Amino acid sequence: MSKIVKTLREAIELAGLKDGMTVSFHHHLRNGDYVLNLVMDEIARMGVKELTVNASSLFDTHAPLADHIRSHVVRKIQTDYMSAALGRQISTGLMQEPVEFRTHGGRPSDIILGRTPIDVAFIAAPAADEMGNCTGKLGKSACGSLGYAFADAQCAKKTIVITDNLVPYPLENRSIPETDVDYVVVVDAIGDPNGIVSGTTKITRDPVGLMMAQTAAKVIQASGLLKDGFSFQTGAGGASLAAAMYLKQIMLAEQIHGSYGLGGITGYLVDMLREGCFRELLDVQCFDLKAVESIRSDPRHMEISGERYASPSAKSAAVDNLDVVILGATEVDTDFNVNVHTDSNGYIMGGSGGHSDTAAGAKLAMIIAPIMRARLPIVTDRVTCISTPGSTIDVLVTQKGIAVNPARSDLRERLKAAGLPVKEIGELKEIAERITGVPKKIPQGDRVVANVIYRDGTLLDSIYNVPQR
Amino acid sequence: MQKIVKSATAGTLESSDVYVELTPSDGGNEIEIESVVLAQFGDAIRKSAEAVLKQFSIENAKLKLIDRGALDCVIRARVETAVLRAKEG
Repeated sequence: MSKIVKTLREAIELAGLKDGMTVSFHHHLRNGDYVLNLVMDEIARMGVKELTVNASSLFDTHAPLADHIRSHVVRKIQTDYMSAALGRQISTGLMQEPVEFRTHGGRPSDIILGRTPIDVAFIAAPAADEMGNCTGKLGKSACGSLGYAFADAQCAKKTIVITDNLVPYPLENRSIPETDVDYVVVVDAIGDPNGIVSGTTKITRDPVGLMMAQTAAKVIQASGLLKDGFSFQTGAGGASLAAAMYLKQIMLAEQIHGSYGLGGITGYLVDMLREGCFRELLDVQCFDLKAVESIRSDPRHMEISGERYASPSAKSAAVDNLDVVILGATEVDTDFNVNVHTDSNGYIMGGSGGHSDTAAGAKLAMIIAPIMRARLPIVTDRVTCISTPGSTIDVLVTQKGIAVNPARSDLRERLKAAGLPVKEIGELKEIAERITGVPKKIPQGDRVVANVIYRDGTLLDSIYNVPQR
Repeated sequence: MQKIVKSATAGTLESSDVYVELTPSDGGNEIEIESVVLAQFGDAIRKSAEAVLKQFSIENAKLKLIDRGALDCVIRARVETAVLRAKEG
């Protein structure tokens, strides 16, 4: 027996794709992904219309989706993140139906609970055997973890694995098992290795970024959480990575042995694992080549599903035991609400990813951001879009001071006792506005172009169109 | 009144800077602004540019600003530099 089907078109036909159905994609190939465009182009040629696309994230390389929207091949988009190329077009009114934004935890939760059923899931697999066992760890298009694809493969009515690296059955150490897979299609290339992972993720050299990172590490040290068993997540942004570097220095100097590093994993977390700062890495997505190499060869570096990472409806998830997460922001308001969906002009250019999941789970959710970017203060009266509720954010670190959520007076006292520059969040806003001037409110359209659905399924906020002058 | 006698530029297109182009015009001052923060600071930028032209009694300038989010002091300094480079004497 073999599940190999000669062409993509044949596989889609066998899967029974019809008008109005839902197709799904995962984003581990990031901006190097060929599969989403390959599949959607084929579907368009087959004449299927009015589809819902459920993708864990959409990058600039997926901009051709806009054409499929215009020609009614795609009617609706569900995603956790959308970069600017498509986001800008959505913000100017490309779609009739609002985009549904979820989180990296909310998406698998809703798939598994049957709230967002998938008809056909397409799994881009850097290595697969003829029965569909597949992994992201091997092959020329290796991307490491396939964490976000598990719920899709498990719950879709039909699952099609697409690979450019067919290996003999049975593939050892598979991620997604053959029990979930209906068809396997072999193509020349599933992605461009240069876009899949960055060669190296780099620590910032910007002195302001380094200063914030150093303060961030001191906040963690003063929080009382930095002790044996410590668990930690940080993003791949330059300042977040620099914070991890300073944190590592503290952990090594004080001989603190943490439990796990979580999330999107970079080479810096791998270094921390190897040097004994953590016992394990729980990896839902690899950000660079060093992380891919590590998950392939180091049994302490483990792949986890999106459900285990952050699902709010799972019996437990890794975010629930997280001590500290370091997160970014495009805007933070005086109630500590965070925007990572839109830029300051209201155009969509991002999304939650795991932002609000980790903020909800972590004992200390920290935002690290410069007090202003170019001429725009980071702290506003009200964020353009609430991506993460302020009630789940504990502290904002800037180069001009630290603001602590008033609900965390215990933390505030600890930071003050450590001699850290604690200020009111309103003061940070005023400090920035004294330098930049007070920005005028941006005009907002009257049409909802996207809804932000919180991890528990409730509507958190709506994003409106940006009126064109 | 002082006169703009030649074209001049100041500044760069780097983030947080503004690139200023100044050329002589026949009738009055003319200001064109392109900015990443036009909605938030477009009026403030125009006001500052007008203030600098007035300070030097310039009345025949065609001024173009391509702003990458420069602070007010930067905008004033770049316009002033362009004026000094472009006026007679």
